[in-house]
Amino acid sequence: MLNAMNGINHYDAIVIGAGPAGLTAGIYLSRTKLKTLIVNEGTIGGQLVLTHEIANYPGVENISGYQLAMIMKGQAIRFGCDVKSNVSILNLELDGEIKRLTLSDGNTYTSYSIILTPGGRSRTLGVPGEDTFKGRGISYCATCDGDFFTGKEIVVVGGGNSALEEAVSLTQYASKVTIVHQFDQFQAFEHAVEEAGRNPKIQFIMESTLTAFYGNESIESVDIKDLKTGKTMNFKTDGVFIFIGYIPNTEFLKGKIALNKWGEIPVQPNMSTTIEGVYAAGDSTAKRFRQVTTAVGDGTVAALAASNYIHEYKVKQKQVTNA
Amino acid sequence: MLYTNLKHLETAAEHARIISENENVMVVCGRMGPMCIPVYGIAEELEKDYSHVKFCDMEFDNPESHVIRSLPEVRGFMGIPFTIYYKNGKVVKATSSIQTKEQVKAILDKEFAAVVNA
Repeated sequence: MLNAMNGINHYDAIVIGAGPAGLTAGIYLSRTKLKTLIVNEGTIGGQLVLTHEIANYPGVENISGYQLAMIMKGQAIRFGCDVKSNVSILNLELDGEIKRLTLSDGNTYTSYSIILTPGGRSRTLGVPGEDTFKGRGISYCATCDGDFFTGKEIVVVGGGNSALEEAVSLTQYASKVTIVHQFDQFQAFEHAVEEAGRNPKIQFIMESTLTAFYGNESIESVDIKDLKTGKTMNFKTDGVFIFIGYIPNTEFLKGKIALNKWGEIPVQPNMSTTIEGVYAAGDSTAKRFRQVTTAVGDGTVAALAASNYIHEYKVKQKQVTNA
Repeated sequence: MLYTNLKHLETAAEHARIISENENVMVVCGRMGPMCIPVYGIAEELEKDYSHVKFCDMEFDNPESHVIRSLPEVRGFMGIPFTIYYKNGKVVKATSSIQTKEQVKAILDKEFAAVVNA
């Protein structure tokens, strides 16, 4: 077994996830001179890098999500964090005083504390043809791919703020936008619903869902099922934009830590979880508002609480050794 | 401008030179957007393991990227980045929109031979 306490792979704290919550936690932990490792299964920055422009981050007038993420990453590294990205988690042991993490690089890492910040990802429909036509008419990003649909008729799936705001934005390009939503009312803020409703290029199909995609080189039509009547119609379209919310990246935590029915991690006000020494922060936790600023706040609280826990643990260990 | 650590291709001539001078080339053609940045990140990560592959990027909005945008292999593509894999100057694979690291590795391993760990 790995000699956790003396091995070069032992850290005071390990942060799993490198979005704004994880990077902030790393900055605060390393600032307190705790040996810290940040690991991330994807690209550094999490969903922050998916944001084209951030205009409401206090103290910064305008910045792209990518640039802000790279600044945070640079700060974490300068304060002493080790950062590993695009690695897979093969095993994670959260119980016990020493936590263990095995990565796809073949190494096992140990720590006194772990902060979980795995974030979330865009939800997909999971409908036949979705993978085939991704990038060939199916898109999850209006700012990226909107101009491919200039003068074309498209479908937007979803009923939250993202769906309605992006539908309005897509009318700059598309000749017609049909919003398909599974419920009889939208979850978006009233102003977003009103703006979409006023737009002459937008029409709505409510209480309906997409059940299949068809096409050759690119998408040509979809099946739309009326959830009230159960009837399905084939609907001609040049493209489909899907904005149906996010799901937490917590599959790897199932059976290891308490999750709520949505797969989110319930936390206490100090971001502690049901396991001693394990904290969570950011979009994967159970909370209502998911913003860069709230993730940064969560990461700060989690890091300070973890620092306190690690300090107390070390004091206790010293007392045991001296006794 | 693409803020990546990949080799930037600025002109069609440079693109032609790179694919003629290197047996295996991957070019990610995109913008600094949500679907593109993860692919650049993956390419940067894989660059050190796949030393037999030349990893590059090219700005989608650079008029010189017509060499990629006009490829027959990208007909029907409606999502960036366009990622093109060249072997001996010929296109062997092209993908549209975001890809996972596993998807990119699978293509590199199939088209350019896998990395053998010591």
